[in-house]
Amino acid sequence: MFLVQRRLYSLVSRAKLLKTNALGFSTSAKMALRFKNAKRIEGLDSNVWVEFTKLAADPSVVNLGQGLPDISPPTYVKEELSKAALTDNLNQYTRGFGHPSLVKALSCLYEKIYQHPIDPNEEIVVTVGGYGSLLNAIQGLVDPGDEVIIMVPFYDCYAPMVRMAGATPVFIPLRSKPTDGVKWSSSDWTFNPQELESKFSSKTKAIILNTPHNPIGKVYTREELQVIADLCIKYDTLCISDEVYEWLVYTGHKHIKIATFPGMWDRTITIGSAGKTFSVTGWKLGWSIGPSHLIKHLQTVQQNTIYTCATPLQAALAQALWVDIKRMDDPECYFNSLPKELEVKRDRMVRLLNSVGLKPIIPDGGYFIIADVSSLDADLSDMKSDEPYDYKFVKWMTKNKKLSAIPVSAFCDSESKPQFEKLVRFCFIKKDSTLDAAEEIIKGWHSPKSDVNKRAFPSLL
Amino acid sequence: MAKQLQARRLNGIDHNPWVEFVRLSKEYDVVNLGQGFPDFSPPDFAVQAFQQATSGDFMLNQYTMAFGYPPLTKILASFFGKLLGQELDPLKNVLVTVGAYGALFTAFQALVDEGDEVIIIEPAFDCYEPMTLMAGGRPVFVSLRPSPAPKGQLEYSNDWQLDPTELASKFTPRTKALVLNTPNNPLGKVFSKMELELVADLCQQHDVLCISDEVYQWLVYDGHQHISIASLPGMWERTLTIGSAGKSFSATGWKVGWVMGPDNIMKHLRTVHQNSVFHCPTQAQAAVAQCFEREQQNFGQPSSYFLQLPKAMQLNRDHMIRSLQSVGLKPLVPQGSYFLIADISDFKTKMPNLPGAEDEPYDRRFAKWMIKNKGLVAIPVSIFFSQPHQKDFDHYIRFCFVKDEATLQAMDERLRKWKRELQP
Repeated sequence: MFLVQRRLYSLVSRAKLLKTNALGFSTSAKMALRFKNAKRIEGLDSNVWVEFTKLAADPSVVNLGQGLPDISPPTYVKEELSKAALTDNLNQYTRGFGHPSLVKALSCLYEKIYQHPIDPNEEIVVTVGGYGSLLNAIQGLVDPGDEVIIMVPFYDCYAPMVRMAGATPVFIPLRSKPTDGVKWSSSDWTFNPQELESKFSSKTKAIILNTPHNPIGKVYTREELQVIADLCIKYDTLCISDEVYEWLVYTGHKHIKIATFPGMWDRTITIGSAGKTFSVTGWKLGWSIGPSHLIKHLQTVQQNTIYTCATPLQAALAQALWVDIKRMDDPECYFNSLPKELEVKRDRMVRLLNSVGLKPIIPDGGYFIIADVSSLDADLSDMKSDEPYDYKFVKWMTKNKKLSAIPVSAFCDSESKPQFEKLVRFCFIKKDSTLDAAEEIIKGWHSPKSDVNKRAFPSLL
Repeated sequence: MAKQLQARRLNGIDHNPWVEFVRLSKEYDVVNLGQGFPDFSPPDFAVQAFQQATSGDFMLNQYTMAFGYPPLTKILASFFGKLLGQELDPLKNVLVTVGAYGALFTAFQALVDEGDEVIIIEPAFDCYEPMTLMAGGRPVFVSLRPSPAPKGQLEYSNDWQLDPTELASKFTPRTKALVLNTPNNPLGKVFSKMELELVADLCQQHDVLCISDEVYQWLVYDGHQHISIASLPGMWERTLTIGSAGKSFSATGWKVGWVMGPDNIMKHLRTVHQNSVFHCPTQAQAAVAQCFEREQQNFGQPSSYFLQLPKAMQLNRDHMIRSLQSVGLKPLVPQGSYFLIADISDFKTKMPNLPGAEDEPYDRRFAKWMIKNKGLVAIPVSIFFSQPHQKDFDHYIRFCFVKDEATLQAMDERLRKWKRELQP
């Protein structure tokens, strides 16, 4: 022991003298270079949410930006978490791929919907929110050099996650059919099937589908899903289907799972979210459902990333799911009552935006509504000139009108941004008083119908 | 699919050595001293904190700030700033993660590139190697080695040492990082100041990052001190220090961890974080913030949980050491963590042919035999060694002593039965 210590000491002393390396360069000069980030995150450092949540954090701002409910989650959901917090054995680690009672509840719920058995252990993995499922799916199944097709606009993390996996996002825009101006709906937005097919190549590993869609609120139709399914089968690609808003579908529309189409179960990962299902985004629990030969790779990622999700939250979620699984045909079931509640809010937002000459796109699902703000003709000359119009608009609106939203070009690749930069996204899963405050602000604007009005309302300039 | 379905980054990391032991533990009537988590409650103040977080302001059910719930990052910056001798900014120097596990993943992804070398000191917590591989890095192993104790005397985990020349030889121009774990899992070794200085000097000399996993930082015994390598001269600027609420407050199921470091490195971890999980659950963070407030107020006093827990665990440790010896197991006294390893060489000599797969290291076969025949679960230490070295370290098993008194009594009962069976 003593000899070892002596050797240790002399090595330490020698190391202290070696402040320069063999070439005589001071080692401290090299320091900054060596702490360079790994290549996988090159160019991925900016994030729209980090930027815009800071902006909206001012309590005097009416926040219709981030998709965060300010309504209370249902009472029984809150109660289950309180109960779980007092249950001693829920304070320690649980099963890595998902707490047993939770995967059982998920399997029971989704078996009803998929109309086939779903193995709770092999065909489900519980993740850190829908976000975590996207991470596990992309890290587990996408390689450097692969291509992943993403429809624009897209939830903003899809592209950087694909890039972080060393793969290339291949974009295809959703486009609006021309409308007669009377009613603009999210169902007017679609993709061109030939154009979509042209995006498939021998490198295509997966396509990411999001239905109901954020930010447009589009609920993909059976026909559209069939086109996508046919292409996935023809080109032997995977489908990562982000269905976190699956319960939030409004009158006249139905959420359809692409994984239920012939030939699709075996090649689809379907993602769900507790946060969006029960209005508890802060629980950060999500799940992936799929065939075991795909889910096992998401499980491998899990055991090499976070290992397991928080136990008490999973246990509480399981109990909350059982409450609603038992009453799925009941209007009181939260899966039914929440969309009813939100449809009223949606319609209110549509009327409000229309009343001031903004052009909303009525969403068929989800809890966002986007509107074309170009008719407001706001004077944005104060704002940074190199940003897209909608970024400037939102910052101007937050600062000057105390109302925040999210620029839709944040959900676009750089090439598509110009097509979407007049669009701004508002979140309407908000309590009435928040919507009242938003209404007051928006009504305080009057849309100039002509140049005459622009002069008549100098406050806009 | 014609090409390989899973991403190449998963090659070689899908195997989970724990699965088998978890399964066996459920099949047999066992006293589980394998799993590394408490079977007693978190302290009352922690339970209350979580209760309050889950029954209070309903907005805590929604997203918080991506890089950490502000009251938590604030208290972590203040609490650890004092310990590390640094002025910590809650936004720039602290990131909250999904457990320390999540912190490790985030660090590897942010900093390890294809072909980078990462020095891992063995025996090592088993996730460092696959996380290095998943980031495209190349793990380079260096072993702690035991110095034999005089016959008949107890061995100490601090007797496991690094050979300084061997360690120095592991650094190459491709070395990006070194992973340090103190107190160490599975050995329970607490690295001394001199050992840390050796590591520190080599990191500085070779311009290497240090990822310091300090999740067991409060669990130190016999008057030993935990030293954070980031507090040594020249090290703050190149060290990431990782901690765990689960281990600090005996609430592993909350999965709240953190990593602290200089902003120029932390910004890369933030980039990974915002492209991986983005947010951590709010309420668990709120509970942990409250726990740290309480510990900050009680710091250094007998009422501090960070003093009470190691005090209680030292008694557990000593109890377990005495009990294990009664059947011919040779425990090594750990200076820290809540694990100890026991030498099973005598059993290897007496019962060399235990059932198992061909080439399966002895300690795994012994551990399975012990589950099935003695109703005790311990983890074979070869799991914590790289594949080529497993055959040199196949004669130790790891016991966890962060257990309730009743569990230790149940352990004693199994050991008494075992002892009786030893007598001819």
